[in-house]
Amino acid sequence: MASLLQYHDAIKGAKVLMVGAGGIGCELLKTLALSGFQDIHIIDMDTIEVSNLNRQFLFRQSHVGQSKAKVARDAVLRFRPHINITPYHANVKDSSFNVEFFKEYDVVLNGLDNLDARRHVNRLCLAAEVPLVESGTTGFLGQVTVHVKGKTECYECQPKPAPKTYPVCTITSTPSKFVHCIVWAKDLLFAKLFGDKNQENDLNVHANDSANASEQTQDVFERRKDEDIEQYGRRIYDHVFGYNIEVALSNEETWKNRNRPRPMYTRDILHDNSIEQNGNVVKGGPTDGLSVSAMTSLGLKNPQDVWSLVENSRIFLESLKLFFVKREKEIGSLTFDKDDQLAVEFVSAAANIRAASFGIPLHSLFEAKGIAGNIVHAVATTNAVIAGLIVIEAIKVLRKDAESYRMTYCLEHPSRKMLLMPVEPFEPNKSCCVCSDTPLTLEVNTQRSKLRDFVEKIVKAKLGMNSPIIMIGSVLLYEVGDDLDEGMIANYNANLEKMLCELPTPVTGGTMISVEDLRQEFTCNVYIKHREVFDEEKEPDGMVLFGWTQAPIEKNDNKANGNGETASNALSTELSEVQKDAEVEEISEDTEIIGKKRKLPEMPSSVKDSSNQKDVQKIDDDDEDDLVMFDHLDDANMVKKKRLQ
Amino acid sequence: MDGEELTEQETALYDRQIRVWGADAQRRLSKSHVLVHGMAGSVAEFCKNIVLAGVGSLTLVDDRPVTEGALTANFLILPDESVSNGKSLADLCRDSLKEFNPMVRVSVEKGDLLSFGEEFYDKFDVVVVSCCPLATKKLINEKCRKLSKRVAFYTVDCRDLCGEIFVDLQKYKYTKKKLDETTECELQYPSFQEAVSVPWSMLPRKVSKLYFALRVIEKFEEVEGRNPGDTYIEDLAAVLQMKKELCEAQSVSESHVPNALLERLLMGAREFPPVCAVIGGILGQEVIKAISGKGDPLKNFFFFDAMDGKGIIEDIVNPNPEK
Repeated sequence: MASLLQYHDAIKGAKVLMVGAGGIGCELLKTLALSGFQDIHIIDMDTIEVSNLNRQFLFRQSHVGQSKAKVARDAVLRFRPHINITPYHANVKDSSFNVEFFKEYDVVLNGLDNLDARRHVNRLCLAAEVPLVESGTTGFLGQVTVHVKGKTECYECQPKPAPKTYPVCTITSTPSKFVHCIVWAKDLLFAKLFGDKNQENDLNVHANDSANASEQTQDVFERRKDEDIEQYGRRIYDHVFGYNIEVALSNEETWKNRNRPRPMYTRDILHDNSIEQNGNVVKGGPTDGLSVSAMTSLGLKNPQDVWSLVENSRIFLESLKLFFVKREKEIGSLTFDKDDQLAVEFVSAAANIRAASFGIPLHSLFEAKGIAGNIVHAVATTNAVIAGLIVIEAIKVLRKDAESYRMTYCLEHPSRKMLLMPVEPFEPNKSCCVCSDTPLTLEVNTQRSKLRDFVEKIVKAKLGMNSPIIMIGSVLLYEVGDDLDEGMIANYNANLEKMLCELPTPVTGGTMISVEDLRQEFTCNVYIKHREVFDEEKEPDGMVLFGWTQAPIEKNDNKANGNGETASNALSTELSEVQKDAEVEEISEDTEIIGKKRKLPEMPSSVKDSSNQKDVQKIDDDDEDDLVMFDHLDDANMVKKKRLQ
Repeated sequence: MDGEELTEQETALYDRQIRVWGADAQRRLSKSHVLVHGMAGSVAEFCKNIVLAGVGSLTLVDDRPVTEGALTANFLILPDESVSNGKSLADLCRDSLKEFNPMVRVSVEKGDLLSFGEEFYDKFDVVVVSCCPLATKKLINEKCRKLSKRVAFYTVDCRDLCGEIFVDLQKYKYTKKKLDETTECELQYPSFQEAVSVPWSMLPRKVSKLYFALRVIEKFEEVEGRNPGDTYIEDLAAVLQMKKELCEAQSVSESHVPNALLERLLMGAREFPPVCAVIGGILGQEVIKAISGKGDPLKNFFFFDAMDGKGIIEDIVNPNPEK
């Protein structure tokens, strides 16, 4: 049995790489330093925000705006001055952090907040054959897992749930939940008004017969020359909440089984005097862009209050005006940022007005911000516990004590008396396309799907590659890189628009496509199977990947609300449980903990290959009648999986 | 909760945690007063956690001077200060804790815990003691229990790869939220004295061995008049003797307390920082639950052992108090 002394031997000479200096990262760096680690490298591209300070205890108000990695280092050196901490204020996906770089380390410890970076690090750790300790928390829940190549499953052996998507028509025409209104306000309206004008945008509802609608609407959103800003705001308001709703209403078919929305016009909602009040309260020039606030200028104080339709309408007009008056230079290049107060106000107000129109309950700015910013709940205590557990696993890994590796779950309600529950790790999943060579199978209509669809929906969204190279045999069909000449780029772009079967080397049933990402040192073969027809609602991608499938579970809301008319493409949003750029330490996508019995997730009927589907398993709890269930643990395959010997 | 709203500053700072426990719980936290004794590593972790969470005030008691041992798991003490000019452990920890959250009042109380009267304890909502002899724990717990208002009482200690938390919430009512149902629950806690007096033979066989092992060491330190934690591997023979006597007196077999476990606990008398982080985190969470009245509080012991990785709750109560 290991003693503390033996632990210290393992710790002393170790060189460790930490990825992430956020909620888990701060706790982890502190605990590593206290435990006696002497050579710690830490990568984090982020800078410090006010909302980090409630748990990222190495940071102070005065550090806001500075590099997390660097400030964390300085803070820890204050109480452990004689150790080496090397900070990198950089993105872990930068090419300088390549396999050679990873090979330098004895163990890699993740305290990340997004799936994309986690996958990237997992792949590099596999390529460099460096053990990885992975972690995540959300609220009171958390988990730590160990991934050692050849010994335990890799981070991606259990496919991660894909980001939640909503059918376009649900967002553009038939919202039934507040989140649909948020997506509309954020991804469509905000993007249209303040973002890149060249981006495709489904904002406008087309009446059945108006072929020229899109032409007209192009300039609807443009501020006309010399147009008064108040007037412009009211025109936009009337267009999107009034006119567009009326156009939608004209499509009778849509409303047969639905409540009809109510068109909103400023003249009905706002009385003249309240409009005049708009902006009259503006006092003192704001110093920087991000502190401009419509709330402040309208004298609304509590972001937790649910504001009335009138108040939301005033916020809408005021925030729109403030963008044009105070931040005009940014218009055209803005993307939604949850730390941008004015953007949050605009999106929250627009979502609420739309919600009111559709008879959906209104929400406070605080709640709307949480949904729009995909903010993950976070507290210091869980991060501290998880960081302690990471260090314990890291030490076992350094001692190569494979028998004692554990995945540990931090629970909110005890299961079998346990709040911290260790579970033996699984063996690598033989069908995992990341850590095994097993090819994947893609069912696709090769005559109707473009190479672009394959790249976007499979290579990027499902396989998580950022800089793919796509080949058939030795023929290059597509690649991404900095060193391509114009001819090649033109050639690849032309290929993107071709149907699979019309490519220079045609892709048809039986073709094996090789997909590779050099930065991730990851290659994957995809076997093509031609299929004519796909269900528009259940298979919105128009193609289905087998072999290593995404978990098909959408937790609470697994009914797509599409009306079946235009649901062929789905609008991807950042509103899933596992999402990129969630502000904090991830949501624990593989910890699924619920108080009551849960039904088995429904499988799309077209998914025939059930051997890879997840299932739920009960874990008996002898103290209470609760059941705790982990997606992660309860593969239908579990029986087949061998525990580590 | 009466209506005082959170300030803008509080809403911004506490945004992520308000999303976990709600604005109401945050208001309760900001009005709560916490007393802590014994600046061990696990206590330093705990203090960090509740200062970040935003309690109203935190009062530290620990007159001991800084020793090398105190530094091993305590990140609140900066080494250049350790040659401190007469500053106590509590003083040094206060200086660091203040920086974590300017909205929390952190102060130091000088003196011996036992010398403080009931009116002193009455100022607090939560009392956490560490590094205390058995008798002191019992006495402080009794003082808290005599007060008209409920003062939540906790003990916490770490040794080697293990840690223990004891909780006494007396009569505790809370709301439990599962899915969309909210239910009112009530728990009745035994005092520390009552809990540790439960005859071992009456406890279920599967109760964590750590519970018994830590009682043996605690008893040994009491009988020998040692400072808490001042028992080492050299004392193994005497501790094993103590175990034998206790097991006989309790009429349980000696296998209740494995020798290997006792040996391990004596080998690593010092705290292990990752265990402090875990124990300090769980304790922080429990105190936040007790103050906010939200969530299942643990009853009444919690054990963590890094060796097997389990964090276990044990309910140590006398099933039949008449006996």
